[in-house]
Amino acid sequence: MLFLLYILLLSLCHRAPAIRLPSNNSKTPFLLRSKASRDSETMATKEDVQDPRIPKIASSIRVIPDFPKPGIMFQDITTLLLDTEAFKDTIDIFVERYKGKGISVVAGVEARGFIFGPPIALAIGAKFVPLRKPKKLPGKVISEEYSLEYGTDKIEMHVGAVEPGERAIIIDDLIATGGTLAAAIRLLERVGVTIAECACVIELPVLKGREKLGETPLFILVTSDAA
Amino acid sequence: MFAAENGLKGDPRLEAISAAIRVVPNFPKKGIMFQDITTLLLDHKAFKHTIDIFVDRYKDMQISVVAGVEARGFMFGPSIALAIGAKFVPLRKPGKLPGKIHIALKFLGFFVVDDENGNTVIIGKVISESYELEYGHDRLEMHVDAVEPLERVIIIDDLVATGGTLSAAISLMESQGAEVVECACVIGLPEVKGQHKLKGKPLYVLVEPSGLDEFC
Repeated sequence: MLFLLYILLLSLCHRAPAIRLPSNNSKTPFLLRSKASRDSETMATKEDVQDPRIPKIASSIRVIPDFPKPGIMFQDITTLLLDTEAFKDTIDIFVERYKGKGISVVAGVEARGFIFGPPIALAIGAKFVPLRKPKKLPGKVISEEYSLEYGTDKIEMHVGAVEPGERAIIIDDLIATGGTLAAAIRLLERVGVTIAECACVIELPVLKGREKLGETPLFILVTSDAA
Repeated sequence: MFAAENGLKGDPRLEAISAAIRVVPNFPKKGIMFQDITTLLLDHKAFKHTIDIFVDRYKDMQISVVAGVEARGFMFGPSIALAIGAKFVPLRKPGKLPGKIHIALKFLGFFVVDDENGNTVIIGKVISESYELEYGHDRLEMHVDAVEPLERVIIIDDLVATGGTLSAAISLMESQGAEVVECACVIGLPEVKGQHKLKGKPLYVLVEPSGLDEFC
């Protein structure tokens, strides 16, 4: 019990933006890039200004130990949704990033991607396309399979939801191993869509999900070492 | 009640919303004309109209909670919540919410709810015995402490048929001492036409189902 509490405290500390690990690796640290360097590919540096809205967003996320199974520290965004300011800030940050960039599709991964995706789509004038578990979508679908720890799963999209040449962002609440997002990328690319970026509220860098995304950039608000 | 009967008669937005909804016959099973709102989500203008109508209705009603039923309620609820300054509370299928939850479960014709101490409390009779028993539809979960007593709540889903799912949601809210001000859906099936209330709570619906004409 005490050990769990210790892990919980550690995870909370790592979400506090004041703590920074030296950035020896090429992975972008969790601080947002400042507006000036937003479009460049350089690593975030110590001089980068963190978006002042991030700490509140980070602290509104609740960590629940041992869900869905022992050893997993679950990142619960439902508490973020209860904090009207933090939720609004979350959406605003994404909208500011993607507005006016020719994004015509916001694809959201079931089910928590459905919470963040539509408000962003509405604000930037894009379509919202749900990417769903099998057999949920009523019309003709295309499917993409992906690996789980044991076995495989599929995500599906309606035929005709998107058109070749469209630019999309893919939204989910969190990226862990990257399996689902990688499948989403493949699904959309198969029908000729360009993925401008994947966007998540939370990243668990320890699980190296970013590596599965290939060329597709990933934008994150908060990282957590709890995995 | 339908929006057209409640101040929005002739509003061209309602027609645009209705036209954007696709009907898929025989899904999930034969005989069902499934009302597919994913095409509404692809039509940015019509989707925006949908949200705007709900926001205009609720923004001055001191609503502090928008509860959305998984999963299609998630597609509409958060945008409304953000625009009116309310919390968004997801009502989920079994096993999805981590942490401590309340459950509304249909059991022998009654809705029962587990309180925080794990005691099962009977809070109301179901209004209809015949709602779909597709897995998950007769059980909804909500986080403990998501909603506080006396909060004013609206419950959102894409469609209301028999009202069974919404009844479960109302039960969850009332078990926490919150007040359900209204249930709101984009589409209302014929069963609810003429019904202004669901489990004693007002029901607000934008449009009737499309594509039923040839079957009437």
